Formats: sequence, C-alpha cells, structure tokens
Amino acid sequence: MYALEVTNLKKTYANGVEALKGISLNVAEGDFFAFLGPNGAGKSTLIGIISSLVNSSSGEVKVFDTSVQQQRSEAMSYIGLVPQELNFNQFEKPLEIIVNQAGYYGIDRQTALQRAEKYLRQLQLWDKRDVISRALSGGMKRRLMIARAMVNEPRLLILDEPTAGVDIEIRRTMWEFIREINENGTTVILTTHYLEEAEELCRNIAIIDHGEIIQNTDMKSLLGSLDIETFVLDVSEPLLLAPQIEGMEFHLRDQYTLEASLPKQKSLNTLFASLSDAGIRVRSMRNKSNRLEELFLRLVDKGETV
Amino acid sequence: MNAQVNWIGYKTIVRKEVVRILRIWAQTVVPPAITMTLYFIIFGNLIGRRIGDMGGFDYMQFIVPGLIMMSVITSSYGNMVSSFFGAKFGRHIEELLISPLPNWVILAGYVTGALARGMMVGSVVMVISLFFARVEVQHPFIMVSVLLLTSVVFAMAGMVNAIFANKFDDIAIVPTFILTPLTYLGGVFYSISLLPEFWQRVSAFNPILYMVNGFRYGILGVSDVPIGWAYAIIIFFGVVLASLCLYLLHRGIGMRA
Repeated sequence: MYALEVTNLKKTYANGVEALKGISLNVAEGDFFAFLGPNGAGKSTLIGIISSLVNSSSGEVKVFDTSVQQQRSEAMSYIGLVPQELNFNQFEKPLEIIVNQAGYYGIDRQTALQRAEKYLRQLQLWDKRDVISRALSGGMKRRLMIARAMVNEPRLLILDEPTAGVDIEIRRTMWEFIREINENGTTVILTTHYLEEAEELCRNIAIIDHGEIIQNTDMKSLLGSLDIETFVLDVSEPLLLAPQIEGMEFHLRDQYTLEASLPKQKSLNTLFASLSDAGIRVRSMRNKSNRLEELFLRLVDKGETV
Repeated sequence: MNAQVNWIGYKTIVRKEVVRILRIWAQTVVPPAITMTLYFIIFGNLIGRRIGDMGGFDYMQFIVPGLIMMSVITSSYGNMVSSFFGAKFGRHIEELLISPLPNWVILAGYVTGALARGMMVGSVVMVISLFFARVEVQHPFIMVSVLLLTSVVFAMAGMVNAIFANKFDDIAIVPTFILTPLTYLGGVFYSISLLPEFWQRVSAFNPILYMVNGFRYGILGVSDVPIGWAYAIIIFFGVVLASLCLYLLHRGIGMRA
C-alpha cells in the first residue's frame, strides 16, 4: 500500500491557468519524499488537492488507499499539513491553537493537552504556550504550525516549505525533528526552496515544472547522474578573458573570479595543471553550489533529461 | 467512531466560538446592551408616554419583545458573519477544511456559537427591559422556540454572507442595507394594523415581521400574524438557508480553489 497515489491529476483554475497537466506519482509508506520545482510549477496546487484545500479538475488522489475525493473525512484523518502561508488565528495562543486542532480530529481534550505539551516542548515553544501568537517570531510561527500538524499524529505529514525564512540554527533543529518523525514511521512529503534541505533529508524526489513531473526518482540515482561539476576559483592575477582549454568550460565572473565546469571523469589535478600551463595561479577554490541545485537548474532551466 | 469524532469536533468549534465571544465581550455583549437601553429610555419612556397604548399594552411593554428580537437577530448574524469571514480572511478556516469533520458539523458548530451570542445578548436585553416594563410571559414555549429558531436562521444567513464576502466592506453591506431596514419595518416599534392597507400587504412579505410577532405572541399573547404562519416562515427560511450553506460548504465556494 502506498502512502500517496496520484493518478493523472489535472487542475485548471477558473482563470484558465492549467496548474497540473496530468500528474501521476506514488509515495511509499515510510518514505521521505521531496517535491521540487520553481515558483508556479504546481507544487502547492498538488499539496492543496492532497489536503482537500483545492478541488481537482480530474484524476484521483489516494492516501493510504483512501480516496481524497470520495472518502474525504477518512483520508483527511491520515494527513497532517504544514502550509506555506501562516494560517492560524494570530490572536489565539499556541496551546489554544493546538488543542483546538486536535478537537477537529476528534481527540479528547485531555489527550489533546498532553500531545500539545509534548510537541510544543519538542519544538521549543512550551514557554510561549500562553503568548498571543501574533507576538511570536517568524521561526516560532513556523514551528507552531509543525506542532499543530503533528497533534493528530498523522501517518502522512506534508510540509510546504516549512523552513522558509528561518535561520540556519532553527532550520537544523527542525530538520532533526522531522527526521525523527520519519524514523518513527510517519511518511513525510516536503517541498522546499532550500535544495540542500531536500538533499539532506529526502530519499526520493519528484521535480515538477509547468504542471508536469519532469523527474521522479531516488535521490541517489539523481545525484549520481550529475556528470558535470562547477567550481569557483579565486585567482591571484587579474584576468581579461576566460581561458580556452579543451574538455572544460570557463566563465569569468570578474577579474579575480573564474567558474570552471568539468566532467566528473576529469580529475582536479588536470584542471590545475591546465590552468598552470595557461599561467593562471589559483588562490582558493569552492563548489559553486550543492549538487542537487546544479541538477535542478539544469533540469528546469534547460528542459534537459538526466 | 465517526459520531465521537463529530461530537468532539462540534464541541471544539462551539467552545472556540464562546471563548471568542467572551474574550471580546466589550464588542459583543456591551454595545447591544447600551443601544437597547437607549431605545427603552428614548422610544419607550420619553416618546412612548405620549403614544399611549398599542395592541392593548402600554408602549413600553409592546416594544420589549421587538427590541429583544432585534438584538438577537443582529447578534446572531453579526457573530457568524464576523467570525466566519475572519476565519476565511485569516485563512484559519483551513484548520477545519483539512480536518475530517463533515460540513454539517462545521455548520452546526458555527451556528451554535452564533446562537450562544444571540442568547447571551437576548438575556442581557431581557434583564434590562425588566427595569423599564413589567411583562408576564404568556406562552413560554413559543417565546423560547421562536427566539431560538430565529437566531439559527440569521446565523445561517450570516454564513452565506461570509462565504460570498471578499473584503470586510462586504460583511457590512447586508446588515446595513437589508437587515436593519427589514428589522425596523418588521413591527418592532409598531403594530402593522396602524399602516394603510397597501403597506400592510407590503409588510407581509417581510419575514422579520413574522419572527417579531411570533416572539411577541409568546411574551404578550398578541400578534399581527397567525402564529402558525410565523413558525412556517421561520422553518421555511431555516431549511432553505441550511441547504444553501451546506451546498456552498460542499462546493468550497470562496474557500477551496
């Protein structure tokens, strides 16, 4: 049984925008799955349909073999959602918000209070339980939405850019929390703009662009398919032109910064030897970006297939 | 299992609504109390003394049921429209939309919340009226049932307004241009028997006339309309509005893209 089965899902909005053009994908139970795509690719529409916030135009979505369209109530009882936008009452207190959410899932008040304490403590919000939510920081508000999504202890947790605008330290704490949830058996679906986050956490990935899935595979295979790596080199002497060396590509960012793209088969020794022959001395070097980011840009920008 | 989930969900919505009403009591309970006190002083006491009897009662006694009903109608409608539109505007309605609760539980929870505010305000106004007029309730069951049913009807009307509203201005239009005129022309301050025949016939198309008179019959035992008609009209609007609310919630109008 899959945690999520999406079959030929289409969505055209009233204004004629075709957000999803017949998407099909499966997410296995217990998986940590990433939806990636540029803004407007259709990720949030897909998540909206899974969580019943958006009506599909056609196609089917099943959560643990339960149709979201036909058996909405049962399907929703399996899901916890952390949306991209803040969607809690900012005049209520965190404890109130979480206990109320539990009530909507039919959880009695005593259990709700226990769970609220458990998740607020885990997300370091227990001290803020009686503060009006509007007064919380951006990162606290995001964590509050995660605690709220966990109160019904969902079998499928969907996080739509949960760490947007959160500082790196809190982001790492949130990663640990989500990873632990996944290790305890909850299937997690994540969309994020931080590709490092997807690479760090997710085992499988679907890349969505213009309402279509352009890649759906496991993270290892995807990263393994990357055959070109790009490095940023700081050079000692100013350069007027990028060097021309066979089998490698160079791009001059400024007089002292050179970008070098070379196939995986070529060693860095070859790069340095070639640059040395061209009279270029390298002071320092770093990766241009993480590997997934490089792949993502190639897939989305150039419409390549890996 | 489902019945238990629904019951807890319903109680949660009601509790949340009641907490909200009490948290902002200065906006929810106090203003109608002040307004109605002014009505009793100005219309009932100062002007009413010159008017004399109406429907066999002194004017102050005559307007008590109408003023209570007016405050219940306004409060029930206002509670639903502001709470539901606020939830839509702030997007926290999504907390309910992604939950397993069926639409009828959501509707029932919000309607009960609006009913709670209607009854709170109605009770306060009733207590205030005791300082101005001595009233003996003639038909307690009719009084209570007409009041509750009317409150439910206007709560659901408020939900329809909230569903279609896109901005805060939209939730003020119906109360200002429809609800208030219909209430004032619904026999709160006068018996329609005082109107020329043509305007009596026009008044018969105003549903609030039946609600006010049904309630007045419950308290004073007099009415401009047959009590059976009052119940029929209230139940008819209740059924129509309940169906409409459930249809709009099912379609997700204004809430689900």
